Formats: sequence, structure tokens, C-alpha cells
Amino acid sequence: MRKILVTLKRVVDYNVRVRVKPDGSGVAIEGLKMSVNPFDEIALEEALRMRERGEAGEILAVTIGGDECQQQLRTGLAMGADRALLVKREGEVEPLAAAGILLEVIRREEPDIVIMGKQAIDDDCNQTGQMLATLWGRPQATFASEVKLNGDTARVTREVDAGLETLEVRLPAVITTDLRLNEPRYIKLPDIMKARRKPLETLAADELGLTAPPALKALSYEPPAQREKGVVVDDVPALIGMLRERGFLS
Amino acid sequence: MSAVLVVAEHDGQTLHTGVARVASCGKAIGADRLDVAVLGEDCGGVAQQAAQIEGVSRVLCLDRSENANPVAAVQAPQLAALAGTGYSHVLGPSTTFGKDLMPRVAALLGVPQVSDIMSVEGERRFKRPIYAGNAVLTVEAPAEHIVVGTARLASWPAAAEGGEADVEQAQTDAELPDHTSWLELKSAESERPDLQSASVVVSGGRALGSSENFSLLYDLADRLGAAVGASRAAVDAGYVSNDMQVGQTGKIIAPELYFAIGISGAIQHLTGIKDAGVIVAINKDPEAPIFEIADIGLVGDLFAIVPEIQAAVEGS
Ligand SMILES: Cc1cc2nc3c(=O)[nH]c(=O)nc-3n(C[C@H](O)[C@H](O)[C@H](O)COP(=O)(O)OP(=O)(O)OC[C@H]3O[C@@H](n4cnc5c(N)ncnc54)[C@H](O)[C@@H]3O)c2cc1C
Ligand SMILES: Cc1cc2nc3c(=O)[nH]c(=O)nc-3n(C[C@H](O)[C@H](O)[C@H](O)COP(=O)(O)OP(=O)(O)OC[C@H]3O[C@@H](n4cnc5c(N)ncnc54)[C@H](O)[C@@H]3O)c2cc1C
Repeated sequence: MRKILVTLKRVVDYNVRVRVKPDGSGVAIEGLKMSVNPFDEIALEEALRMRERGEAGEILAVTIGGDECQQQLRTGLAMGADRALLVKREGEVEPLAAAGILLEVIRREEPDIVIMGKQAIDDDCNQTGQMLATLWGRPQATFASEVKLNGDTARVTREVDAGLETLEVRLPAVITTDLRLNEPRYIKLPDIMKARRKPLETLAADELGLTAPPALKALSYEPPAQREKGVVVDDVPALIGMLRERGFLS
Repeated sequence: MSAVLVVAEHDGQTLHTGVARVASCGKAIGADRLDVAVLGEDCGGVAQQAAQIEGVSRVLCLDRSENANPVAAVQAPQLAALAGTGYSHVLGPSTTFGKDLMPRVAALLGVPQVSDIMSVEGERRFKRPIYAGNAVLTVEAPAEHIVVGTARLASWPAAAEGGEADVEQAQTDAELPDHTSWLELKSAESERPDLQSASVVVSGGRALGSSENFSLLYDLADRLGAAVGASRAAVDAGYVSNDMQVGQTGKIIAPELYFAIGISGAIQHLTGIKDAGVIVAINKDPEAPIFEIADIGLVGDLFAIVPEIQAAVEGS
């Protein structure tokens, strides 16, 4: 039975608007509501559906970060993951470093499919899945909106700028999710109780014996440029008048 | 001394308009040499178009049958090999093509990637948006390594035409994997301008209520020579196809004029239109967040307002 590895990243909830700290040293996220990256919930949901269709066996949820990330792993277990693994690493984990760590996890766990979010909504990098697939020497199918498994291949429809593209990749492979792949289920209270008894392992990233890859240095953070406050017009003629004034209509 | 390699996006016939924008980003780095790599099967025509971008030094064609369709796992080893022939920077567009491909190139080169470059502050120093554009981060790429990045197209003007770069055939001995087969691309046929390069965009949201009602916007767009876009809610509801989504997880655009019609203005949508010249919002709710960033707002029922605008522009 296929084994699936899903990554869950702890991020500021998508409904929360973050602010840059006044001294430009970072983004103030202390005390904000944290959630599983929405694309990662979609990744886990897809794995669960594969298992429910009898296409997959064990589902392992993995995150890299501090102890606080256990919360997101518990969410994943409550949604239905069988096991969870926290790779402990304080501080910055850039995509390339995250991919390196995940590769080590893959060597130990030997999954057939790795499903990840296409991007984390905090840093919006959109890199980790592609980098992992590369280091692993395996195919990638990014921005998936439909996944069909067939033997040792997956047929994946991808949301690309020009429309919908279909690839067929040989497993094992990395798949990254787009928003329309599925709608994640809601967690019910009994599931949360059950999740408490499911195994959540931790592993110190330092014990993996990896050397840190070259990394970007964050120099400063600033708020985005603000647009000037606009006007509200009363009716269509006023709107048309303003557009004419600005040279948009002849 | 910097030598920049720009990866060309194309569909086999036509060079993507973003390539000239990525070239601008390359120039801002202060490139002594700015080359464009075109990977394809029989890509001479596309290479000629790239050669006309002002400031381009050389166009390198990697013609081989495996490049007939863009597969990141196949293109990346060739680009990584090419990058190793003396380039300081490799840049691609921050489109689904570039987002898929460039991290693979970066991983092969063992370097981090700078995603969505919005400005160049130095040879290795860049600004990029994070948190759906709620913050701007200045990052520095590590010294003594190739810089791999994607350029946020809406932040860069297209480099002018009028260049006359040489076109050369290039070869790499990169080993190509065969684990990925490209099957098909389904594009919604449209005679309208491309969403990412149109100077006017008319977008609709959930309020349109059906795909039939979107014809109101198509009519207006056709009259204005505009492209049509949509919010995620409109795409999710099936009113329009996915390639029309504007926002954090759709297309980031910078038209001169943007109409947001029946769109509430969620942060994820606003991320996609921050750089638009003039934003016009039409919404029946005066408290809708879209009015916070709109240059011109009109409160009311879109089903009354849009036909009235249509009549007015038809009369002009
Ligand atoms: C300049 C800079 C400064 C940073 N500063 C900080 C900081 O101050 N504090 C801090 O905590 N982090 C910091 N980071 C790290 C950052 O939070 C991200 O973890 C990292 O850059 C990965 O980017 P991303 O999540 O946008 O990757 P993406 O490539 O967008 O992520 C795609 C997918 O990869 C998976 N994934 C990525 N990371 C993890 C993870 N850790 N665990 C599980 N799955 C994962 C998820 O499935 C995700 O959906 C910094 C990064 C950079 C580049
Ligand atoms: C991870 C993530 C990524 C996302 N990415 C994107 C993205 O890329 N792009 C995107 O757009 N969204 C994105 N979203 C979704 C976003 O949060 C909003 O849900 C979405 O933009 C809402 O679409 P809408 O404005 O059309 O719908 P609504 O928020 O429902 O707004 C409809 C608006 O129409 C108005 N209205 C109703 N009837 C009329 C009428 N007759 N006349 C005039 N006005 C009327 C209402 O007042 C309301 O303001 C993302 C969400 C998440 C969680």
C-alpha cells in the first residue's frame, strides 16, 4: 500500500493581517492566531481521500520548527493522519534547508508520495516542494488541481497561467497542491480526543548530521507602499467623467 | 562583474511578454552581459523575438526534442549546466512556469532562491513581498554563489524592443530524466488581451452569481479592449476558468486601469492588484474593504451600474 508523507507548516492564520515591527527587524507575529498553512491542509485532505479510496495506507505528517508546531501536527492527526513527526529546529528554515531535512526524513520513511502545499502563505516562497523533488532526484507535479493514481504513476492536472496542464509522473514523486484540489474536512471533537493517543515523534534536526546550505540573509522589513486614498463618486456619469479626465476614455 | 542568464518562457511560437520584464530586472542588477536561454524544440522563431529585446547580449537556443514541452525536471539540469558556464545570476519570471522551474535550478546549484524580486538594491540585494504583500523584505543572497531568482512581473517595465542580439545554438551534456511525461495543456480560448499584460482589466467576483452573468463583464471588456479577471470565489464557484484568477495565489497584475466589480477586496485579492494604476471599485456595500484601496469607488448594484457604464462608453 502506498505510504504518503504530508508536510504541515505552522503559519499565521490567513485571516490575520500582519504588521511589520516599527524597528523593521521583522514581522510582529507574537500572540497572533496560528494555523496549518491552508495549502498543507489541502495536501493532507488529498492524502486522506486516497486512503479512503483504498489507494494509500499510512499517512505521516511532518513539520520542521519549534515545539509550538506540535499544535499543527495535532491538528493533522485529528484530521486523520496516522503518525506525526516534528523535526526540531529553532530559527529560520529556508526552503533549501527544509528540503534537505525532508530528504533525510524521506530516506528513513521511504514514502511513495510526498504531498505539500504549493506555497506557505507567510513567506510565499513557492520553492520547497520543487527543491525537495530535485534533491531526491524525483519528479514533481506542482499546483495540482486533480490527482489520479494508477499503479506506479500519478496523472496530475496542474493550474498553470495558460489553463490546465496534465503531467504523468512516475512514483515516488512530490505533488504540491493548489486551492481547487479539494476542500479540507472540518475536525470533529471526538477526532481531537483520538488524536491525543496517536504517535507524535520528535527528532532534533541537529542529529541528522546535515550541513546548512547557503542561505539568504534577511536585512530589513518594511510595510508595503500605501496607495493614496481615493474618492467615492455618486453615479456613473461622475465615474465616466473621472475616467475621461485621466485619459482612459476618449 | 555580473553576467545574467534569463530563462525564456514561451509556448513554442511566441515569447512570453514577461521575458522583457525579467530583462529589465537583469539590467537593474547592472549586468555586463545579459543572455537569454530559450529551451524548446525548433525554437528559432522564439529566439529571434528574444534577440529583439533591448539590452540582450546573446540568445542561446537549446533545441532538443525533450524540450518540446516545458517540464521543469527536464529543463532544470540543462539550465543549471548552462548557468555554470560563467553566470552570476539566473533569473526567471514569477509565473507558474518560473515558479515550477527555478527552485529546481536553485536546488541543483545548491543555492537558495529569491522569489518575486520587486526591486534590486544591489548585485545580491533584493526586495521581495511576504505575507501576501503585507510586508516587504530586503534579503541578501550569499556571496560567492550564483544568485537564482524570479522577477515579480508587475514590478518591472518591459525592456524596449530594437535589440539585435546574436542567436547561438548551445549544448549541454546534462543527463535528462524520463520520469515525467507531459500530456496536454487545456487553455480557455480567448480573443481578449492577455490578463498579465493587458492595460485594462475588468474583474468580477462572487456577486456576478453565474457564468452567464459574466457576459456583462465580457461585453464591457470588449468595448474597452480589456482582459477579464476574477476573484477566487468566482473561479471556485465555476463562473470562470482558473487562469482568470487574480491575487496571491492567482495572477499578480499591474494594468493601468482595473475594475473590481462585485469583489469584496480580501487581502489575498488585493495582493494581485496593488500595482495597478487606477483601481475602480463597484460594490453595493459601502463598507467593503475594496474601497480602502480603490482610487474611484461607486456604491451600488452592479447589475444596474455595469449596463449604464456600457451604454456610456458605447455612446462615446
Ligand atoms: C530571509 C528570511 C528570513 C526568515 N526569517 C524567519 C524568522 O524570523 N522566523 C522564522 O520562523 N522563519 C523565518 N524564515 C523562514 C520562513 O519562515 C520559511 O520557513 C522558509 O523561508 C520557507 O519558506 P516558505 O514556507 O514560504 O516555503 P514554501 O516553499 O512556500 O513552502 C511550500 C511548502 O513547503 C512545506 N514547508 C515549508 N517549510 C516547512 C516547514 N518548516 N515545516 C513543514 N513544512 C514546510 C509546506 O508544505 C509548504 O506549504 C525566514 C526565511 C527567509 C528567507
Ligand atoms: C490561502 C488563500 C489564498 C487565496 N487566494 C486568493 C486569490 O489569489 N485571489 C482571490 O481573489 N482570492 C483569494 N482567496 C480568497 C479570498 O480570501 C476571498 O475569499 C475572495 O477573494 C472573495 O471573493 P469575492 O470578493 O468575489 O467574494 P465575496 O467576498 O463574497 O465578495 C462579494 C462582494 O460583492 C458585493 N456584492 C454582492 N452583490 C452585489 C451587487 N449586486 N452589486 C455590487 N456588489 C455586490 C458584496 O458586497 C461583496 O463585497 C484566497 C484565500 C485563501 C485562504
